[in-house]
Amino acid sequence: MNTLLLLIPVSLIVGLVALGAFMWAMRSGQFDDLDGAANRILFDDDETPEQED
Amino acid sequence: MAACLHCGLVAPEGEDFCCPGCEAAFALVKGLGLERYYARRKIDPHVRPMKPDAEGAPLDFAAHAKTDGAGINTLHLMVEGLHCAACVWLIETVLSRQAGVTWARLNMTTRRLVLKWQGEAQLAEALLATIAALGYRAVPYDPALLDAESRGRERELLRALAVAGFAAGNVMLLSVAVWAGHYQGMGSATRDLLHWLSALIALPAIVYAGVPFFRSALSALAAARVNMDVPISIAVVLAGGMSLLDTMQGREHAYFDSAVTLLFFLLIGRYLDQRARSKARGSAEHLLALRATALTVIDPSGAHRLLPPTQVTPGMKVFASPGERIAVDGTVVSGHSDVDAGLINGESAPLAVAPGARVFAGTLNLSAPIVIDVTAVGEDTLLAEIVRLVETAEQGRARYVALADRVARWYAPVVHTLALATFLGWMLVGDAPWRDAILYAIAVLVVTCPCALGLAVPVVQVVTSGRLLRRGILVKSGTALERLAEADTVVFDKTGTLTTGKLELVGTPAPRPDDLALAASLAAASTHPLARALVRAAPEAAVHSGVREVPGQGLEAGSIRLGNREWCGVADTDEDEGPEIWLSRPGKLPVRFGFSDTLRADADTVVGSLKECGFDVELLSGDRTGAVRIMAHKAGIENWLAQRTPAQKAERLALLAASGKKVVMIGDGMNDAPALAAAHVSLSPSSAADVSQNAADMVFQGDALAPVAEAVGMARRAKLIIHQNFALAFTYNVLSVPLAMAGMVTPLIAAIAMSASSLVVILNALRLNRGPAL
Repeated sequence: MNTLLLLIPVSLIVGLVALGAFMWAMRSGQFDDLDGAANRILFDDDETPEQED
Repeated sequence: MAACLHCGLVAPEGEDFCCPGCEAAFALVKGLGLERYYARRKIDPHVRPMKPDAEGAPLDFAAHAKTDGAGINTLHLMVEGLHCAACVWLIETVLSRQAGVTWARLNMTTRRLVLKWQGEAQLAEALLATIAALGYRAVPYDPALLDAESRGRERELLRALAVAGFAAGNVMLLSVAVWAGHYQGMGSATRDLLHWLSALIALPAIVYAGVPFFRSALSALAAARVNMDVPISIAVVLAGGMSLLDTMQGREHAYFDSAVTLLFFLLIGRYLDQRARSKARGSAEHLLALRATALTVIDPSGAHRLLPPTQVTPGMKVFASPGERIAVDGTVVSGHSDVDAGLINGESAPLAVAPGARVFAGTLNLSAPIVIDVTAVGEDTLLAEIVRLVETAEQGRARYVALADRVARWYAPVVHTLALATFLGWMLVGDAPWRDAILYAIAVLVVTCPCALGLAVPVVQVVTSGRLLRRGILVKSGTALERLAEADTVVFDKTGTLTTGKLELVGTPAPRPDDLALAASLAAASTHPLARALVRAAPEAAVHSGVREVPGQGLEAGSIRLGNREWCGVADTDEDEGPEIWLSRPGKLPVRFGFSDTLRADADTVVGSLKECGFDVELLSGDRTGAVRIMAHKAGIENWLAQRTPAQKAERLALLAASGKKVVMIGDGMNDAPALAAAHVSLSPSSAADVSQNAADMVFQGDALAPVAEAVGMARRAKLIIHQNFALAFTYNVLSVPLAMAGMVTPLIAAIAMSASSLVVILNALRLNRGPAL
């Protein structure tokens, strides 16, 4: 019983963190360009100027 | 045959580049030290080649840029000509290297570029000139005008889906514990705790994730109608409310899990549906963006200035440079050129224009600058008229009711009546406590919850669309397969649909090889479609030196001329034999090169097999009578109509529909778009104009017509499976509803029966993945 009282809130919090992460990802446009990002990493380029957010 | 190092098109023998533009682009890339690009890229043959425009259309980029307080300019652009990820990298790197640029990010999925730079807005022209020099086309657009609404809906559904998914997972976890507890003697305190926790997760989730259903149910009720969302809403709300009451009173069962999982599964379906629809709208947005360009207006004083299309009025003089899409209807005042009017009339051969000729918005000026006296702009142009025809025709089609909705129309009231009857029956006749009576009524709602019924159609559609997609056929509209299965008449467009839309040299008699080689060597210097076709016929010809292009007339190298009939000194005849080029040399008779569109390789077999399936096949073209007759004969089509305007094509479709025919229209040109929208169901090849792809229900890839026959075959098989699924779902309901009404269905039995019936329906639909398509 005591383990339940601890583990259920823990699992819920982990789940909520995941839900929050998903919501954040969606709001910040992480799903807007699904093809480009996968390829972008292959083109390493050190000379690009600092890019602002 | 050598390939151009930059654009990959055919380059003259011994040369590295096909044109000076490509050579300059290659030098630019090399100069920046980015030549790795060429090793990394993968040219997509379906995308416009990266051949820089000889003279870029003057676009007023600065006018579209927005400047914020800190002096940062932001410009949103759509980029045409992206081949692969390396292109994204090249564009971003080239832009980022330029002075002042603070941000350059290109979305590969949507082809949209966001560019930010410091300093004057006027810098935009210079920044984007490099992109144009590389062979890409960038068109500014206003992000606020596009996609705001549909994206908002999509995101709302996705958020609701995420919340419902989270809740469903966690409530299920707790439910499993409760169910296991029933058999292992879980104490009532623990069970109540788990029920309370379930309530804590499920109730907020129902309130949040149920909104799309509640809203639709309420608006249906407000209009005094019942749709499928009404029983869903009632079942979810009642199940949630009753479970809360039971939890408060420490009872044995709670149904939070059924309520939340029901929402979760239904939301998946809604989201997929919304995604498919907004994807189809993407190409329309692209067209909208093209309208956003600026026009070069010539003042009476002779000065040039750029104006947005909204400020151009009839009577003004507009300048159109080669390669520019003409944005107004009007009459040519000066200049000789060729105009590609494929968007309007669907024909592949360009039209020569001279002062006095009419030109229309949406056509492409090919070879030389022209000045146009504006007669109509914006909503008054022929282009806008065609778009309006499409919209009107589409409204008619929106009235088509999908089979699933037709079933839902009477299913929903029946379910409500049954649930109400159960409640009243147990209360009044059975003398049950009101709580039990409500519980039995909910059981009826849950058991009949259109799970199997709701899956019967969508699963079949998903499986069929998936199989067709793997074969290069994109199904855009949810009811397209249903409508295709009902069709009994096929109407083809000619150019670009029944034929490949590419001009090929046809020789009667065949030109002598040395004549052809000489003509091709001159033609290699030009980008005119007929010249390109001539080069394709003799690719080994070397480029002739000293070739001069005379706009609207032809090519000239010393005393050798290649061009139109008049210019080569051949007498005009009344016979129209289709597109042609003449070659004239001093001391020899002029030689004629005739061109014609060729039939798709499998056109006649596809037409034959459609006829065997019982279809009436018809050909409906905007082209000249002679050309249409020949093609119809070759393809084996007896019924054909030629020289039809876009409106007449749509009329013909309406006439067929009025006589009770269900017509499949297959077309590609903008001139087919109204007919495509007016047809019962429509297909267009992926080479079609954006508007047509948008108006069509399905888009197929490739050079063959076989996908048409395949889509028809699959649609008919899908219809059969849907009917089987309905039969299965009804059998399940007929068996389970009486049990539920008799109060004999416990939640466990209901859950097992529901999943079993859904599984049977899904497995039946999966059979579509196997077996022949026809």
